[in-house]
Amino acid sequence: MANEKKSAGSVIMNGILTENPTFMQLLGMCPTLAVTTSLQNGVGMGLSAAAVLVCSNFLISLLRKVIPDKVRIAAYIVIIAAFVTIIDMSLQAFLPDLASSLGLFIPLIVVNCIILARAEAFASKNNPFMSALDGVGMGLGFTGALCIISAIREILGAGTIWGIPLYGGAIQPMGIMIMAPGGFIVLGLLVGTINFIVRKRKGE
Amino acid sequence: MVLQIVSIMLSALLTENFVMVKFYGICPFLGVSKKVETSIGMGMAVTFVMALASAFTWVVNKALLIPFGLDYLQTISFILIIAGLVQFVEMFMKKSMPAMYNALGIYLPLITTNCAVLGVTLLNVQNYPDNFIFALLYGIFAALGFTLAMVLMAGIREALDERAVPESFRGFPITLLTAGLMAIAFMGFSGFSIGG
Repeated sequence: MANEKKSAGSVIMNGILTENPTFMQLLGMCPTLAVTTSLQNGVGMGLSAAAVLVCSNFLISLLRKVIPDKVRIAAYIVIIAAFVTIIDMSLQAFLPDLASSLGLFIPLIVVNCIILARAEAFASKNNPFMSALDGVGMGLGFTGALCIISAIREILGAGTIWGIPLYGGAIQPMGIMIMAPGGFIVLGLLVGTINFIVRKRKGE
Repeated sequence: MVLQIVSIMLSALLTENFVMVKFYGICPFLGVSKKVETSIGMGMAVTFVMALASAFTWVVNKALLIPFGLDYLQTISFILIIAGLVQFVEMFMKKSMPAMYNALGIYLPLITTNCAVLGVTLLNVQNYPDNFIFALLYGIFAALGFTLAMVLMAGIREALDERAVPESFRGFPITLLTAGLMAIAFMGFSGFSIGG
């Protein structure tokens, strides 16, 4: 695994497809299920987490030779928490509506396993440029997954997409899809379908 | 007062169940719910840490952060308190309660990144900034609600293991679908309201 030889493009695609944090690695499930009630929330959450991920990966990679091995997890958490606080405060200042609909899940980005996992698995072993790219790839993979889930849930559950009504009142939307059970069911069906496609491709 | 306490307990346990309704702590809920025994162990460890964390963070918030106008440091200071607490509990258990440590030991490090713990401390300072007892009770009963959901899930998964689930849906997807059905059942509790 010579990480240095990887090209920039493959690092980004790795995060978006092959090791997609949501569908392939099944990390960061709490925000994935909780905020995907509308496409706007999904995009907002995905991009906030991506911003934290890029910044924390970059800084942790810069400091990777300074941080003692024994306290590295604590050091990573402090760095991540600092960036999360910055994002939290900027969202409250510039996008108050989004901040209130995402609620507690913005400060909870601190304990999102994707970010700590990338710090430990990638940023602590690679140079700052590659680590930032890995953050971009993983962040976009996470955002993409949230978009797919939230678009499905918004269309089925509210009959709208990005807040625009689709059916003009002709079809009664399935309210349950934007409530808690809908999150579990949509994600379960999606992961099952992706497993099915991956297995077909492998020729089983 | 009594009515309010009962209402906090019931809402934390059932109507606002952390896993089924509010989506906190999904990772351990899905990861550790393979066997009833291990899920009980994890639930006990989480309850222990969440009760301590609720108490400590409430005091730190009231005594340090609010008087000095530092409430924007809540997220950072709370996660540090939780990480320290988990480490401390681990050391303490190893020394003085080796039997319990052997049973719970492997789950303890996982608790730091359980968003239910950080979630409950942040909810407490929002909802009960002036009432220590309410904050502590909410922490304990939210953790018991988490345990309840996880143990129920583990029971179902043990039975599911023996069924002919389609290959692609084995493991994670079928667990999520089961959780979806459980969440529908938990929605039935949402009609309860005691004393507002």
